[in-house]
Amino acid sequence: MSYLIDEGKNVQHLLMGNEAIVRGALEAGINVAAGYPGTPSSEIIESFSQVAKERNLYVEWSTNEKVAVEVAAAASFAGLRSMCVMKQNGVNVASDFLLHLASSGTRGGMLLVSCDDPGALSSVNEGESRLFAQLLEIPLLEPGDFQEAKDIIKWAYELSEEIRNIVMIRSVTRMSHASGNVTYGPLPSDTAARAKFNYHGPLLDPENGPVISMILAAPELQHGPQQEKMKKAAAIFETCPFNTYTGPEAPELLIITSSACSLYSREAVKILGLGKRVGILKLATTWPLPPVFLKKHLAATERILIVEEVAPTLEDHVKVLAAESVQEIGPKLFYGKKSGHLPSVGELNPDLVLAVLSRLCAVPYEAAAGVFATEAKALMEKLAPPRGMIFCPGCPHRASYWSIHNALQLDGRGGFVCGDIGCYVMGILPAGFSTVKTLHAMGSGSGIASGFGKLRQFGMDQPIVSVCGDSTFFHAAMPALANAIHHRSPFTMVILDNRGTAMTGFQPHPGSPINVLGETVPALDIEKICRAMGAKVEASDPFDLEKTREKLGHLLEYAEGAKVLILKQACALSPEKRGRKKYEVTVDETLCRGEDCGCNRLCTRIFGCPGLAWDGEKKVSHIDDIICAGCGVCVDICPAGAILKKEVA
Amino acid sequence: MTAIPLKKDPYSIIITGVGGQGNVLASRLLGSMLADKGFYVTIGETFGASQRGGSVMSHLRVSKEGVASPQIPRGRADVIVSLEPVEAFRVLATYGNPDAVLLTNTHPIYPVGVIRGELSYPPLDELQDVISRLLPASYFIDATEQALLLGNAILANIVMLGALGRLNIVSFDRENFHAAIGRRVAADKVAVNLQAFDVGYGMVQV
Ligand code: SF4
Ligand code: SF4
Repeated sequence: MSYLIDEGKNVQHLLMGNEAIVRGALEAGINVAAGYPGTPSSEIIESFSQVAKERNLYVEWSTNEKVAVEVAAAASFAGLRSMCVMKQNGVNVASDFLLHLASSGTRGGMLLVSCDDPGALSSVNEGESRLFAQLLEIPLLEPGDFQEAKDIIKWAYELSEEIRNIVMIRSVTRMSHASGNVTYGPLPSDTAARAKFNYHGPLLDPENGPVISMILAAPELQHGPQQEKMKKAAAIFETCPFNTYTGPEAPELLIITSSACSLYSREAVKILGLGKRVGILKLATTWPLPPVFLKKHLAATERILIVEEVAPTLEDHVKVLAAESVQEIGPKLFYGKKSGHLPSVGELNPDLVLAVLSRLCAVPYEAAAGVFATEAKALMEKLAPPRGMIFCPGCPHRASYWSIHNALQLDGRGGFVCGDIGCYVMGILPAGFSTVKTLHAMGSGSGIASGFGKLRQFGMDQPIVSVCGDSTFFHAAMPALANAIHHRSPFTMVILDNRGTAMTGFQPHPGSPINVLGETVPALDIEKICRAMGAKVEASDPFDLEKTREKLGHLLEYAEGAKVLILKQACALSPEKRGRKKYEVTVDETLCRGEDCGCNRLCTRIFGCPGLAWDGEKKVSHIDDIICAGCGVCVDICPAGAILKKEVA
Repeated sequence: MTAIPLKKDPYSIIITGVGGQGNVLASRLLGSMLADKGFYVTIGETFGASQRGGSVMSHLRVSKEGVASPQIPRGRADVIVSLEPVEAFRVLATYGNPDAVLLTNTHPIYPVGVIRGELSYPPLDELQDVISRLLPASYFIDATEQALLLGNAILANIVMLGALGRLNIVSFDRENFHAAIGRRVAADKVAVNLQAFDVGYGMVQV
């Protein structure tokens, strides 16, 4: 049994922020959870799935984030408590439906959990989902530690039911992927929820009518009540138990902060010994702001430092409130991103807060004894070679990009690849032979390729290739392919099918035979779909370099319409492959040409699988047995036949 | 064993390595052992994209008072445990201070640049000399070699935990480890993990 559903008095566990959110939802009696994988949010749906049977939950990895919100909304309409979960970029995808949902309102408590990634530690961009709360006109809550990440969920469900609208919870990487002690509360004893959608009441009856977001030129009927809900939320926020203040009654500097930044702020104040001079107002309710509560704290000081990550949204909201109430609270001095006291990009950390506090409070601070720090740093630069990002040993993408790269080179017309989202973003790096030349959102590679394909009219004759993963195909690339086929855009879509959502940890998608609950489900066949849509389709094993290059070359030459090449090979870290080698691979040192090989050490310098390393002393390549995954691909890369493979029995 | 009092609050431990070395499991195990001992533990982790051959780092904060920042301020690590020697050095340069204790595996994992023959990996004895000069309390063990003898290189993380246990700077012992590993791995894997812990325990002298 999972520790997530332990019961008993004062049970305590070390939980990840994501797990704490799950426990909170379980204590609140959640029934339905849906999401799309994305770091740092993925553990939430995974954890729900582990306890689905015991707690009578329906859990799914949806095709994309918009569908996830729709699935969770249906549960809410039928009176159940539900949650939709995604990383910040997913909120962009879901925003169209979310805007309508916020207008129609909800019934059973419904939460949108968005996990942001300040600093883009594991994202293509540094996004910001808090602005959506403002745009959607829904309340936003941000837990400040792990216990709170659990406790706030139940409170949020009650709020959602009170105002009959979806409530947004925002986490960040340093909450979601950090862990701390969490003391459990009781789980509801009754898990036999009944769902029923009532629609017989009059239109706009929030309890029994149809649920619609159609305003028909009468915004006051829906937009008006929606704004009333926000006022109600602000009033409830005045006494929110998760907004806390620590510090003197009249601090000489007031820090206003939320989420992980409150932990950095606390540590910085402690290290500098500023507890008697500086106050910390930690807000969980960051939109709408509770005005009375805030004004009380603003009135007690003259100088305010806002500590937050990514966009200065809290800063803007607090400044507006301060401007509106200047007669009541008097003029204030603000410090934060806009004043340049804190950086406007990247994630924060205790050091950045230490630096700004030391400056604003005139308390000198030095991180480490000067000589040690400078010496260690100089030696590090000299001795520690940096680690670039690479594909895993035995990754099918390395082989796929190798073939795409070579086919485009051979073709010689300056072709390029439009990239997409997954581990294969590394196609922009030397790890993927720098084949990828555009990279944006989920599914966008194929949409852009569809557009490039139509530029022949303007004399563009470069061959166009797009890549997309199997999960991405279902998520957002299918409409792009439909567009290309319909408009006869000549490009080659290479589907890198590695049997799961690899980058985030092998979550299933509509092409998988088993769902997140371990049930056997219909697996949609990508090849058949593409064929039925009308594309010219080929398939190959990317580890078969020759066949793959041949098929690619053929498709590149074929000028008509959209073409699809499906490269099927499971991810090297997939459960079916992990720790199992197909081949025992060795290098015959007598055959290895070393520096005279190809364009100089083809296998190690160019192909670059970490299982193969260059021995600078012997001047030959060798296999690192611990790292090599035994895929056997490098055997076919070596022009001298020096790399040998033997099938492992 | 008697609980070792925290020399500082929060007491800060970094476990570092390269993606795929079992860094996260090691930090969770250490964290849950210390939580079992009644401490507040906060763990901050860097994983995700950085998993693909990049440096991975876990920051553990141990406290009697409450939750701490999931990121350790620069220069404030009290203990650095590294599954890879160059990573030990990288972390020490950013988070170390002359009083920090360092324990590192000596088995190298080469960065891409080294694999490609474009960069060079420092000779181990040079690295060892430099580290010991900067940090008098440093320990070097070939945990991977021992792990391989036990049948799997991945066990190096557990060997390292065993060695950390022997150093007697953080409050945990074999019994805590047994309880913690039992919650994390399948029942048939517990024995080999305990063996790895014991091997590590025997590898350092204090
Ligand atoms: S996780 Fe899988 S798809 Fe991603 S780089 Fe590793 S082997 Fe390739
Ligand atoms: S067989 Fe070659 S390409 Fe495959 S993992 Fe081993 S070293 Fe890398």
